[in-house]
Amino acid sequence: MSLLSLKTMQTQIGQYAVLHDVTMDVPQGGVFVLLGRNGAGKTTTLRSIMGLWKPSPGSVTFRGQDITGLHTADIARLGIAFVPENMGIFGGLTVEENLILATAKGTFDPDRLQRVYRLFPALETFWTKQAWSLSGGQKQMLSVARAIIEPRELILIDEPTKGLAPSIIDAMAEAFREIAEHATILLVEQNFEFAKSLGRDMAVIDDGRIVHRGTMADFVVDKALQDRLLSLSA
Amino acid sequence: MEQLNKTLERFGGVNLLPVAVALVAFVLIGAPSSWVTLTVAGLAMGMMIFLMASGLSLVFGLMDVLNFGHSAFVSFGAFVAASVLGWLAGWLGSDSVFLNAAAILLAFTAAILFGLIAGWFFETVVIKPVYNDHLRQILITMGALIVSEQIILAVWGGTPMSVPRPQFLEGSVLIGDVANEVYRLFAFVLGLIVYLALYVTLNRTRIGLLVRAGVENREMVEALGFRIDRLFIGVFMAGSALAAMGGAMWAGYETLITPALGAEMMIVVFIVVIIGGLGSVEGTLLGAIMVGLVANYVGFLAPKLALASNMLLMMAILLWRPNGLRPAVK
Amino acid sequence: MTDTDTQGGRIVKLAVLVIAALLLFAPFLFQDIRSLEVAARICVFIVLVASYDLLIGYTGIVSFAHTMFFGFGAYGAAISLKQMGPGWDAVIVGAVAGIAVSVVIAIAIGLLSLRVKAIFFAMITLAAASVAMVLASQLSHFTGGEDGITYRTPDIFKTATKLMVNDEGKVARLFGVKLNGKLAAYYFVFASSLILFTVILRLVGSPIGTVLKAIRENEARAEAIGYRVVAYRTFVFCFAVVIASLAGTIYAIWLKYTGPDTALSFTIMIDILLMVVIGGMGTMWGVVIGATLLVLAQYYLRDLMGSAAEALSDLPLLPYVLDPDRWLFWLGIIFILLVYFFPKGIAGTIAARGSRA
Repeated sequence: MSLLSLKTMQTQIGQYAVLHDVTMDVPQGGVFVLLGRNGAGKTTTLRSIMGLWKPSPGSVTFRGQDITGLHTADIARLGIAFVPENMGIFGGLTVEENLILATAKGTFDPDRLQRVYRLFPALETFWTKQAWSLSGGQKQMLSVARAIIEPRELILIDEPTKGLAPSIIDAMAEAFREIAEHATILLVEQNFEFAKSLGRDMAVIDDGRIVHRGTMADFVVDKALQDRLLSLSA
Repeated sequence: MEQLNKTLERFGGVNLLPVAVALVAFVLIGAPSSWVTLTVAGLAMGMMIFLMASGLSLVFGLMDVLNFGHSAFVSFGAFVAASVLGWLAGWLGSDSVFLNAAAILLAFTAAILFGLIAGWFFETVVIKPVYNDHLRQILITMGALIVSEQIILAVWGGTPMSVPRPQFLEGSVLIGDVANEVYRLFAFVLGLIVYLALYVTLNRTRIGLLVRAGVENREMVEALGFRIDRLFIGVFMAGSALAAMGGAMWAGYETLITPALGAEMMIVVFIVVIIGGLGSVEGTLLGAIMVGLVANYVGFLAPKLALASNMLLMMAILLWRPNGLRPAVK
Repeated sequence: MTDTDTQGGRIVKLAVLVIAALLLFAPFLFQDIRSLEVAARICVFIVLVASYDLLIGYTGIVSFAHTMFFGFGAYGAAISLKQMGPGWDAVIVGAVAGIAVSVVIAIAIGLLSLRVKAIFFAMITLAAASVAMVLASQLSHFTGGEDGITYRTPDIFKTATKLMVNDEGKVARLFGVKLNGKLAAYYFVFASSLILFTVILRLVGSPIGTVLKAIRENEARAEAIGYRVVAYRTFVFCFAVVIASLAGTIYAIWLKYTGPDTALSFTIMIDILLMVVIGGMGTMWGVVIGATLLVLAQYYLRDLMGSAAEALSDLPLLPYVLDPDRWLFWLGIIFILLVYFFPKGIAGTIAARGSRA
């Protein structure tokens, strides 16, 4: 059984229908990559899963439980973490406060904290700094760290490499691989190079519809399909 | 220039503004004793206005809800406290400081309790249906303000009501050789205590952390698993209670109150939160102190300008910083 | 106004036509002074509320200073008529002065607040209006303070003026109505209100009106398409303010008196809000209906409440509830309920109903 499954999900924002038919299954474990052009509906898909937009009709099922229409906070409590496109960092709070906020009880589990330090050493360095003063890459690390400070089964990550330097992207890929050993990552990306090094299964969304599902290995070798769906090499 | 900015920032940045204003006023006024009196009056007024304004600012920051009816809590607080003090006139007149203090404590408690209950009612009945709809929010809270004012008129009548003060808060004390009204000092100290309590709550507790984070990015706090809407009722009630307490203190300060009090204070409160930057408690305090000081200084230096002084202050600050002095980080 | 072709839309239009006809023939249909007062007030308020609807209904910005601009026009006329004597030159000077002050202040407010959060705008207009109110009562040598100003208007509007005389040299009558200055004054109010209302209608129907709606529906999108949102907003604000100021001048000429109660008080602002919400935000037909209903209610329902309270004075509670002093309380309640349950107002709700049938 898949961990997360979306069935004919449709989402309207105001009077505009953004998602027309999003149907896909995210299996347990590893990195699942959702690719698509700008404005294809990738971010809206993640936000709809998170309950930040209400999909209707259609359904979202997580671990066999229908979570469509639940409050965002309740969805999060079921074990889904969200790393939004703008990172959603609380700039006025320190790195420590940002992280402690993400814990359910307000205290750190020492093992998980050590893990965060190991994955993202910069966060330990700037532990007491206000988050607005961090660099873009450090903010992204903080945002990801917030998602793993509590045990979560599914982590939604929206374009984590946007605007980051190549060296940081490599470090990020390393961290994602480690994270994906314990949890499932649903990664939304435009950076195909980054995505293909991580993903096992994948799907492509275009104009609010899932237009392709398959494994990353198959997709990588099929240049024609890539061109058609992503128009990468134009 | 940048160097200068950085140096200023290190010493407190915009927080220095009241000090600068006070220094300029000192030069203009010339007489140190008048200056001290005016400064104390300005600080006392600022702290009371801060109480009235802080809730409005937080409520806006957290939920994007602008409550035009906020000043109704100020009026109700003032009238409830005045009524309680009226009933306890015997205690107030007695020489026992204990009875005096008990009377004023009861009056403030009544105002705060009223604020909590009215806040709960207001949030659940009036505001909840119009979250995320600014236009209707403004209209409905305005309507609620009208109704509240009419209720005050119906209950307390339209004539000015005099507010008795406890014996031990009457008269003045000497600071150096300058006489200062006791009530002003009392108002300032009480306001400061409330501010510190608020500061500690916001910066040292988990709820405070949630509130601060929620003001910045409500969606993200929810995505981390917390129900901001449930937190919001609490913040709304606390804000209403603070406004009522501010009103109660203001009643004792003015000693004569009319139903128009709410409408008058609303303007000042709005100016304060706009100057300070919506959503930030520190900004609200800064704005309130500025308004209190400027109102008193200008009232002394150029009485004719006093009325427009708040407005001019707001215009000047908005031209300089369109989002206010210390807006919450968004 | 897209759905005025529906059955409901036709009902609304018909109602507006009936109101217009009644206002046109008011002096002949209702031959007492009070009724004429009511009719003139309706005319002026239709214009005032229509200009306000341009802001709240068509552009989606909430101003609490509309009465202030109305007051500028009224006080402009009042002060110049008082200082320069009753003549058309004074009226023109007053009207122009009112407009000038209004536009300058509107631009200042717009610059301060239309750029940033829309919500600031509501707060700043409220603050500005309250300062204006205080100033009017403080500068009493100029504005007459709380007492206001009484003055004479151009001679043609004097009640004693005979527009036509009959064979005996007395004022002529048409269908039993004296053709005197009062009649001239009423038709002055009616005609100038009609002109202003037509101007507003033209604006709403023009391409600018379409752009405004686009901005109201989706500001970010309108901006993305390339409309300069702030420029449009500032323009509409100034336009609405000029109309409000002119409405103030007209009302000042009709009343021959201007004071805080008739031209500046916050009660008028509340009236405007009620009228626009009752009629329906964003429809000019609704404005006509809302203004008419509320003015009628103010003049007649309030009296009715008074007499009802008196008649029931032996019963418990009821007289207290119906006391005319409770008027504003009930209006406030009705206002809130309307915004909750009928945000489209009477006109909008009826028009929409027809479209479903």
